Amino acid sequence: MPTRKHLDRIGAAPERRHAGWPTPVTPSVSARTLYRLHHLLEPNPVYRRLAAWLERNPTANRLFTAAEERIKGAVFGCRMCGQCALPATGYACPMTCPKQLRNGPCGGVSPAGMCEVNPDVRCVWLVAFERAEAEGRVEDLSLLQRPIDHRQWGRSSWVNYWQGRDEGMWTSADGRRQLPIVHRNDPGKPL
Amino acid sequence: MTAGAAGNGQVPVSGRLRRALASGRFVVTAEIGPPRGADPAAIAKKADLLRGWVDAANVTDNQSAHVRLSSFAGSLLAMSAGVEPVMQLTCRDRNRIALQSDLISAATLGIPNILLLTGDHPRFGDHPDAKAVFDIDGVQLVWTARTMRDQGRLLSGRRVDPAPHWLIGTVENPFSPPISFRARRLAKKVAAGAEFAQTQFVFDLDIFERFMSDVRDLGIDRTCGVIAGVGPVRSLRALEYISTKVPGIHVPDAMVRRLRGVPAARVADEGMQICVEIIQRLTEISGVAGAHVMAFGYERGIPEILERAGVGPRPDRSAVNDRAANDRAASEGSGRAG
Repeated sequence: MPTRKHLDRIGAAPERRHAGWPTPVTPSVSARTLYRLHHLLEPNPVYRRLAAWLERNPTANRLFTAAEERIKGAVFGCRMCGQCALPATGYACPMTCPKQLRNGPCGGVSPAGMCEVNPDVRCVWLVAFERAEAEGRVEDLSLLQRPIDHRQWGRSSWVNYWQGRDEGMWTSADGRRQLPIVHRNDPGKPL
Repeated sequence: MTAGAAGNGQVPVSGRLRRALASGRFVVTAEIGPPRGADPAAIAKKADLLRGWVDAANVTDNQSAHVRLSSFAGSLLAMSAGVEPVMQLTCRDRNRIALQSDLISAATLGIPNILLLTGDHPRFGDHPDAKAVFDIDGVQLVWTARTMRDQGRLLSGRRVDPAPHWLIGTVENPFSPPISFRARRLAKKVAAGAEFAQTQFVFDLDIFERFMSDVRDLGIDRTCGVIAGVGPVRSLRALEYISTKVPGIHVPDAMVRRLRGVPAARVADEGMQICVEIIQRLTEISGVAGAHVMAFGYERGIPEILERAGVGPRPDRSAVNDRAANDRAASEGSGRAG
């Protein structure tokens, strides 16, 4: 059983602290910077062509995905769920929550703001709230996040984003009044 | 056993909790923790203590990630013992296939209320080596149930026919950071489909009143019955346990001082008195729909707490059920049901 001292020493690799479940990660880059950088990633015809090309070229796609994993792993503790919620969560990754909550903090956050499962780290949703609040984006946290597609693990969420597959991952701002359905795809289509 | 599907394709729902919430009177719910063992009488014993005093009783789903009789079986047993169940269902142990299946099962057998939550992490349970599922989260589960009921669709898009008819509940913890966000978090669950919400133990009324003020500002109390969690802390050991071992429970210093300030023999009474006072205060807070009593195994004390707080027994309790309860209590003595 590792002691607290051991855990602190391997603090640089939070995923190693508790091998069995995710560990919250406080992003190493400010939310303000990331909201700005996001514009660089927004879909455009060039990115769409790049994404389509990558999907036709497995080796290039692997390299691209590995690069994405490296970058987002370092900044967010990204686990490559392939369906990035970061723009709606103050750029703190909800998949680093031990319960992988996509819709906000659980009721077990300690008074000091620590994760109930990993009491030595801050709750990632508290981090998300603080980052979103500081940037005037708290309303983002009210958007209903739909269940994720577990087939997307390990795939590039940038490619998915540019290919338009992220659409409907969360409800629009007026979704609450419209009583949205939970499905990402039209449930009326024949099965 | 209460008849479930009546053969005409319609699922009958007794819906006492639904009616109570609609009536606007102060509702009372309590908790029945299923046994760790195959004792068919265990649920009935606890139900007997609550019958007539509560509008519905939650049957917990492997509470604190400890293996127990399932909430589904426990809910059926509670129904047959004359207490309307609220079947709790967590995302901890089931993926979306199992969750939807259990929801359909509950509806088919006439369980009228469901309480949907993410669930405690297995690390706190008796099987910390278990796989934590968390395929979807509690909000998504509420949303899924609402879609099953109101749109008649599964998450796959397939039809659910006939559609289920439960009252959908959720939970919220007003005392866990970020506190200023908690009402908005509840609003999100209400947007997803929650019609009632039970809260974590209310020991700190100041924080709770601020939460309720936010709730009213957001208008949540108009569409969602907010039922405040309460319970008697009857020993210093229990106080220590809930303060340190249970995530998300906030005990204010004033209450700690009060419990520590009385002689050891009087701690239990003082804990009861605090619980009574909290319920009385709750009845005066605008937007609070009722109280949810979690008695830590002291179910037999619930009627006394409610009576002293001035919120019991339930107005439409049936005399037949009362007689049955009295008979059973007389034949079994006052054995503790915990």
